[in-house]
Amino acid sequence: MPELSESILIPRHTLPVRIMHWINVISFFVLLMSGLNIFNAHPALNLGKSSYNGHEPILEMEAEETDNGELVGVTRIFGYEFDTTGIFGVSKDDQRELVERGFPSWMTLPGPKWLAMARHWHLFFAWLFVINGLCYIYYSFKSRHVQADLLPTSKDLASIWQSVKDHVRFKHAVGDEARSYNVLQKFAYLGVIFILLPLIILMGWGMSPFLNSLLPGWVDFFGGRQTVRVIHFIVAWLLVAFVFIHVFEVIITGLWNNLRSMITGKYRITYPNAKKETGRDESRG
Amino acid sequence: MLKRRQAVTNQEDRRRFLIRVFAGAGTLFLAGCDQLSKSEWVQSLLSNDSRISRFTHRLIGPRKAMAQEFSEADLSPEFRSNGTSTPNNPAYQELAKNDFKDWALEVGGLVEKPQKFTLEQIRALPSRTQITRHDCVEGWSAIGKWKGTPLLEILSIVGVKSNAKFLVFHCADPMEDDGTNNYYESIDLEDAFHPQTILAYELNDKTLPVPNGAPIRVRVERQLGYKMAKYIMRIELVDSFEHIAGGKGGYWEDQGYEWYAGI
Repeated sequence: MPELSESILIPRHTLPVRIMHWINVISFFVLLMSGLNIFNAHPALNLGKSSYNGHEPILEMEAEETDNGELVGVTRIFGYEFDTTGIFGVSKDDQRELVERGFPSWMTLPGPKWLAMARHWHLFFAWLFVINGLCYIYYSFKSRHVQADLLPTSKDLASIWQSVKDHVRFKHAVGDEARSYNVLQKFAYLGVIFILLPLIILMGWGMSPFLNSLLPGWVDFFGGRQTVRVIHFIVAWLLVAFVFIHVFEVIITGLWNNLRSMITGKYRITYPNAKKETGRDESRG
Repeated sequence: MLKRRQAVTNQEDRRRFLIRVFAGAGTLFLAGCDQLSKSEWVQSLLSNDSRISRFTHRLIGPRKAMAQEFSEADLSPEFRSNGTSTPNNPAYQELAKNDFKDWALEVGGLVEKPQKFTLEQIRALPSRTQITRHDCVEGWSAIGKWKGTPLLEILSIVGVKSNAKFLVFHCADPMEDDGTNNYYESIDLEDAFHPQTILAYELNDKTLPVPNGAPIRVRVERQLGYKMAKYIMRIELVDSFEHIAGGKGGYWEDQGYEWYAGI
């Protein structure tokens, strides 16, 4: 049997990063699902300082009853109405009965309508998430993880277009190039860590009446308390989009290798045989 | 060769094992979280959230930090009524018929001089007018203009005993259909003495309507709406609220909501 390639195991993620990553995974799902349960207590989004300011909600989920008594789920976005029975507005509860609720029970934590418990899940894990995030920021600057692994180099910046083309062709780095993150990956991580996550936390604080009083009027800078709630909601879905892309990339670039690197820390670098002799992957130009 | 095949099998086993772990974790997560929500130890663990929040808020926030006040232009066209809109209580309805002329607020418990205040007496005390935002725990907000007597005026008349820690608001609105389990709420002395904490008797320049809590409701502007009890009949100063109703300090607290609702 001919050897097609040679490979080596290298240390990829340090123990603190691995632990903090998995705490994040759990926190993210708890926060998302409990957040949707909280949203269901008032399944509407308004812009402005209050919900009652003479303007219609930009997003609304509700139940309407037909003449023969059937429940219809209606979702209204910027005035456009959609029948979303079964998923938004009206969906099945744990007794398999159609009931009025914003997001369906399989998306929420707890499953049934339970605002008090959803808030406990959400606010408890919000604390865990924030503390974990602060530890990460401290650790990754101190260990130079940010500077060495996440900040794009000038070579990275010059190859952005190439990286975009590689991504859409699902072409992945091999050999020594796989030792570091690619430039789009770096931007995605930096954007999530330093923009989206701080923003969603700040927007969460913006909904707290007490934190509003620390500097009265600061929420108006973001458009007011209800706009802050909208931003919190939108950023949550941007993070969901990130997780989808992240998991997709994890799967297509070698699920087991990636998972191992986030569990044991070891990552396999593969050198295609023919290309090892020339020292570099010529197809990448 | 053999060694290699064995290595491959081991690897496959490991993968199968990992698939099982992840699939199991996912299923457990979804099904388990609902079970966890019902278990007492999880409830008591997770309910530490408000303790951490309150501690942090007290640490970083000045005692007298003021809630944002708005302009007339920000007023909600109609101030939404939530919870009870007409208390199912014959005694209350009698009082309402007569425009609350026979109503009197009883202030007692751990005070030097327990006494009653009629609506007229309360209106004669110094007042404060504030346009503030009401944030409901459900997620909506409404902006209203409130006029009322700062609670500290009342407290300075009755004199708070040194062992008093909380104020309990006993309300006229029963939360059960059979007319029992009246709404109640409690706040600490720090909020009670806050300048924006008022016993409001006017909303948007009109006498406080019944759906919004006539004759008086309390405004606790740095907390969520459920703290701001409507239809107040009696204020009791206590050192602990453990003996009252469910013992958690309020109707919604007894249903599992946080006592500290600053977040």
